[in-house]
Amino acid sequence: MGWAIALHGGAGDIPFSLPEERRAPREATLRHCLDLGVAALRANRPPLDVVELVVRELENSPCYNAGKGSVLTTAGTVEMEACIMDGNTNNCGAVSGLSTVVNAISLARLVMEKTPHIYLAFDGAEAFAREQGVEIMDPSHFITPENIERLKNAKEANRVQIDYTQPIKANSTNDQGDSQIGTVGCVAVDNHGNLASATSTGGLVNKMVGRIGDTPIIGSGTYANSFCAVSATGKGESIIRATVARDVAALMEYKGLSLKEAAAYVVEKVPKGNVGLVAVSANGEVTMPFNTTGMFRACATEEGYSEIAIWPVDSNGISEDSQK
Amino acid sequence: MVGGWAIAVHGGAGVDPALPVERQEEARRVLVRCLTAGAAALRAGALALDVVEMVVRELETDPVFNSGRGSALTRKGTVEMEASIMDGRGRRCGAVSGISTVKNPVSLARLVMERSPHSYLAFDGAEDFARKQGVEMVDNSYFITEENLGMLKLAKAANSIMFDYRVPLTGADSCRASAGLVADVGGELQMMNGLPISIYAPETVGCVVVDRAGRCAAATSTGGLMNKMNGRIGDSPLIGSGTYACDACAVSCTGEGEAIIRSTLARDVAALMEYKGLGLQEAVDYAVKERLDEGKAGLIAVGRNGEVAMGFNTVGMFRGCATEEGLMEVAIW
Repeated sequence: MGWAIALHGGAGDIPFSLPEERRAPREATLRHCLDLGVAALRANRPPLDVVELVVRELENSPCYNAGKGSVLTTAGTVEMEACIMDGNTNNCGAVSGLSTVVNAISLARLVMEKTPHIYLAFDGAEAFAREQGVEIMDPSHFITPENIERLKNAKEANRVQIDYTQPIKANSTNDQGDSQIGTVGCVAVDNHGNLASATSTGGLVNKMVGRIGDTPIIGSGTYANSFCAVSATGKGESIIRATVARDVAALMEYKGLSLKEAAAYVVEKVPKGNVGLVAVSANGEVTMPFNTTGMFRACATEEGYSEIAIWPVDSNGISEDSQK
Repeated sequence: MVGGWAIAVHGGAGVDPALPVERQEEARRVLVRCLTAGAAALRAGALALDVVEMVVRELETDPVFNSGRGSALTRKGTVEMEASIMDGRGRRCGAVSGISTVKNPVSLARLVMERSPHSYLAFDGAEDFARKQGVEMVDNSYFITEENLGMLKLAKAANSIMFDYRVPLTGADSCRASAGLVADVGGELQMMNGLPISIYAPETVGCVVVDRAGRCAAATSTGGLMNKMNGRIGDSPLIGSGTYACDACAVSCTGEGEAIIRSTLARDVAALMEYKGLGLQEAVDYAVKERLDEGKAGLIAVGRNGEVAMGFNTVGMFRGCATEEGLMEVAIW
C-alpha cells in the first residue's frame, strides 16, 4: 500500500517525428503536473483534491486539449466537458457544453457538491457557473491559433479528426507533427486506499455542435470506486460503447483480475488505435495501457517508481522516448 | 429457456400507493397496448432495434407516462427530454439530451447513431441536427400538460418547506387542499428524488427486446426529474447507466437518476453476467440489492436466450412483458 498517481494528456497517433518544439512543452507540463500531484499526496491532501488540482493545471496549459487549448467545434467554438468521481462514496459530477468556464473540472465538482444532480450541460451549466461565481472568461480566451489551424485542416480534409487515430502521412497538410490533441485526466490513491478520478476535454476537432463524448459519461471516460480509479482517452464513441472505465473496475471486482490485467484486457478489446487509460488501485498500483501509437502520460508511486513518457516502453524496458 | 423472442416495457419506478384506481387501469391499458404491438411485430420477424424504437415512440406519444408528451417540467416550467437507444449487436448506440421540440426523442437518438459520426448530441446542437434530418418537430408547449404544471407547483412548495424529509407535511402546507402530501407505507414517509411519493411522478419509459435471431436492444426515454435545474442530465441518455445492450442482454432502468448513474446500473447487470457468470435474473437481483445503496430504482432486462427479468426496490414499477411462449403480463406492484 502507499499513494500513487497517474495522469495523461491524451492517447492517439502521436508521430515519432514529433518536433522538439512541440514535444518539450508537453513533457514539461506532464512533469510539472506530476510534481504538483505528488507534493499534494505527500501533504496528505485527499485524492479528490489532488485529481482536481492536477486537471486544473492541465486545463490551464494551452498545449493540451482541455480548457485553454481546447479543440474547436465545426462552428469554430469551444465546448468543454469534464467529470470527477470520488471512489469512496461513488459521488460524481459532470459538465458539458461549457464555453466560458476556465476550469470545467472544478465546475463538475461543484455540481457534485452543491446540487442534487450529477450532470449539468450547456446553458444550464453556464448559468450554474455564474451562480457559483467560478472564474469565467470570454470564449475567445480558450481558442488558440493552433486549434484554428487544426479546424481548418480538418474541414479541408472534410472529416472528423479523431484524437490521434488518423494515420500521419509524411506530406499530410493537416499534420505539423501536431495531431496530439487528446483529453486530459488524473487518477490518484492515498495510502488509505481512497481513490478519485478526473477527466477534462474540449472533445473532437470539427465535432458537431452539441456533441458529447465519453469524458463526462460516468463509466465510460471516468470512474472510481473502492477498487480503482480510471480515466480514459481516445475515440469517445468507442470508449462509450465499451464502457471502458467501469469495465476495468468490474473486471477486478467480478472476475478477480488485478489492476494491470483488467486494464490490459479492456484496452485490448477496443479496436486498435482508439483508446488509452490511466488507472490506480486501492493498493497503490498503477497502470497506463494504450492501443494507440502513443499516450502523453506520467505516474509516480510512494515506493519511488516514476515515469513520464509518450510512446510505448519497449521490451527491454527502455522507453522509446529515451532512444530519441 | 430454448430461445425465442421476448419483450419487456416499463413506465417508471416509484408509484404512489394511493394512485387512484382509474389511473392504474389507464396505465395498464397503455402497457398492454404497447406490449401487444411489440409482440405482433416480433412474431412477424421484426428486428429488436426496430421494436424498441417503435414501442418507446408509443410510450412517448401517450401522455399517461412522463416522457415526450406528459414529461416532467424543469424549474422554469419547460420540458427538456432525453433518450438513448442501443443495439446489442456491435453495441452501437445513440443518445440525445435537452430536447425541447422534437416529438419523439428516441427516434432522434437512433438518427444520431445511424446518421451522425457521433453517439450523443445535446441541446441546440441536437435540435439543429433534428431540423436537418427533417424529424417531426412541435412547439415546446405540446409536451406540457396541465397536470404537470400543477405537479411542478407542488414540487416547488415541497422543496421550499422541507428541510428535513423526515418531517411529514400536513395538508395545510399543500397547494392542493384535498390531498395530504404524506404517503405512509409501513409508517415511513415514502420519498423519491427528494420528493414525497405523492408528488414524485415516475418519469421514464423504456423497452428491451430480444428478437428471433437472439439480438438484444434497449431504449429509454424521459422528461427527467420534476423541478430539475435546467440543463440537468439524468441517467436515461447515459449508456451504461440508464440503457445498455450487448450480445448477452439488454437493460433499461428507471428511478433516481443519480443513483442509477453512480451504480452504472445497466452496464452492471451485463457485467455481472459476463464477468461473474450470473444468470439474467440473478444479475438483476444482485444489481438492485447490492449496487443501489440508498438509491431507489428499477430495471427491466431480456437475455439472448429469450429470458425476461425485472427488479426494483421502489414502491411499485409500471411494467409488463411478453414472450414467444405466450406469456403476457402487466403489473404495477
